Amino acid sequence: MNKKRTRIINVVDKNGHFGLFGGRFVPETLMPAITELEQAYSKAKRAPGFKEELRSILKDFVGRPTPLYEARRLGQALGGIRVFLKREDLTHTGAHKINNTIGQVLLARRMGKRRIIAETGAGQHGVATATAAALMGLECEVYMGRKDTVRQAMNVFRMELTGAKVIPVDSGTKTLKDAINEAIRDWVTNVADTHYIIGSVVGPHPYPVMVRDFQSVIGRETKGQIKRRIGRLPDVVIACVGGGSNAMGMFYNFVRNSEVRLIGVEAAGEGVDSDFHSATLTVGEPGVLHGTMSYLLQDKWGQIKGAHSVAPGLDYPGVGPEHSALKDAGRVEYVAVDDKQALRGFELLSKTEGIIPALESAHAVAYLQELAPKLKKGTVVVINLSGRGDKDVQSVSEIFKGGAAR
Amino acid sequence: MNRIHTMFSELRKKGETALIPFITAGDPDVKTTEALVLEMAAKGADLIELGLPFSDPLADGPTIQAASQRALAAGMNTKKFFELVRRVRKKSGIPLVLMGYYNPLFKYGLERFARDAAAAGIDGTIIPDLPLEEAGPWMQAAQRAGLANIFLIAPNTPPERIEKIGRASKGFLYYVSVTGITGARNDLPPELSEGLTLARKLVDIPLAVGFGISRPEQVAMLARFADGIIVGSAIVKIVERHAGNPAGAVKEVGEFVKRLKDAARPA
Repeated sequence: MNKKRTRIINVVDKNGHFGLFGGRFVPETLMPAITELEQAYSKAKRAPGFKEELRSILKDFVGRPTPLYEARRLGQALGGIRVFLKREDLTHTGAHKINNTIGQVLLARRMGKRRIIAETGAGQHGVATATAAALMGLECEVYMGRKDTVRQAMNVFRMELTGAKVIPVDSGTKTLKDAINEAIRDWVTNVADTHYIIGSVVGPHPYPVMVRDFQSVIGRETKGQIKRRIGRLPDVVIACVGGGSNAMGMFYNFVRNSEVRLIGVEAAGEGVDSDFHSATLTVGEPGVLHGTMSYLLQDKWGQIKGAHSVAPGLDYPGVGPEHSALKDAGRVEYVAVDDKQALRGFELLSKTEGIIPALESAHAVAYLQELAPKLKKGTVVVINLSGRGDKDVQSVSEIFKGGAAR
Repeated sequence: MNRIHTMFSELRKKGETALIPFITAGDPDVKTTEALVLEMAAKGADLIELGLPFSDPLADGPTIQAASQRALAAGMNTKKFFELVRRVRKKSGIPLVLMGYYNPLFKYGLERFARDAAAAGIDGTIIPDLPLEEAGPWMQAAQRAGLANIFLIAPNTPPERIEKIGRASKGFLYYVSVTGITGARNDLPPELSEGLTLARKLVDIPLAVGFGISRPEQVAMLARFADGIIVGSAIVKIVERHAGNPAGAVKEVGEFVKRLKDAARPA
């Protein structure tokens, strides 16, 4: 790994570009809001009071630091490698999403916004946003594709219980990308008193940087924990990638350490050659969606294609611009596993360790199954277990009952 | 010089305000779009804004979103858009401005897009998701091809930024009447006339106002404060209402455009 390049991909210019990627491709109405957010964030970042409050809530409310657990039976099952799981599934609300929403509601409160909006796909970000808004006593509305409200009905109820209003979205493909469109339209309209909490490292600058910073607690903790456990850094770090927030949060602190192999696992759905997948970095092409330049699933005319995955949280035709830069720089390997493999990963972790992973995180486990035979005995692998699978048990049981995954 | 510039200078001499209707190209099909453009031109439109449909139009309300979906479902794409413009251009000298989101331009290749658009007969572009900070490459390509890139400002754009954008904008400057998305509205914000007056003082090029304008009375009121008035969703709705009856759509849109233009002339 070339050192110069590493430095370049870690830094954005003043308009939020990671080289070719990133930026702020938004309607003029949003420019003042984005500038205000950027300034508020850069001030808050340096304010000791902000950091202290964030740290304290992450500790007592979210349950950080999360454990780094050695999955010994999984390691044996995979031929004698050492596997460590970063247990983001043990955070309050059951996924890494809460790290970001706590940071952003604190920021919203500092900016004097009384209303929070968010988009959600699987519902995990929606739940985390509703929870954080409840904690701060802020009004909260969450946009969710109609299709997702059906397949993630339990999360809809959780959001409503914590006082949020869930607004089903019927435009376009009725999934995450359309929920983001609708949230942006709301923000354009109510920009004076509303803060939009994007759930991933996507969207216009400063979101990709800000969300990554709030999520980077994952990699920071992991680095300290693994050093204490084995006295060195891991050989391989694996995380699933939809928009890419758990992966970016995990990878960020390891990018400089070129001896650590970083692998992002996308959803190949029914196969990357089919029309039903979410493997943006694997087979997409650069373009602009939701305010940022990044790899996208698009047709030859630049129209955005629908994404598909058995894991609703990976069902997004774009990806964070920093991932695009890391891909082009060759620092992170991006691969894809399909729905069937992901379901096998889901079963494997459940059976060997008694841990039911979110279907999203199961993609990372599934890729390790494929990779393990090529690894030397004793190789140390960290998987970011970004969420727990309670939300998925219903849909998975239906798939298992119906025979093999479609 | 450019058709847009000529049009605004001629209207200024007459003390008239430009009427700028918007329709989505390919909604419900290319033949109807061609007929609509020609009919609107005949009924007094001064410039026509033609939407190149995009799958994810995040600055647009439900009316134009639905029109974009209909057009895409009917097979509209960039190549067909240029062919349509070429056919219209053979029959009419009206200024034509393309309204489109950035990704289809980027995917086509900026230089190639600008060249092909200009060659087909497009005079300018409005790209709602391309603010000044990101517009460098497109502005260069557009300028080389002789296209005017028209920027937008909003009610919450600070004065110094209005000046800066006003200097970069070619053809005219698009004043977004509301902090919000496109769509016909019954009431326009009361502070709109002040916003327009201020913006007009800050920039040297013609100022056109759009978003939410749907009635001749609104056009008559705004004509005093702007050089051009853009009406989109209200026209797109007429097209939508006449699904399956293109002749009816063309007739009613023509009559509506005539009433709007009459309202834009000094009393």
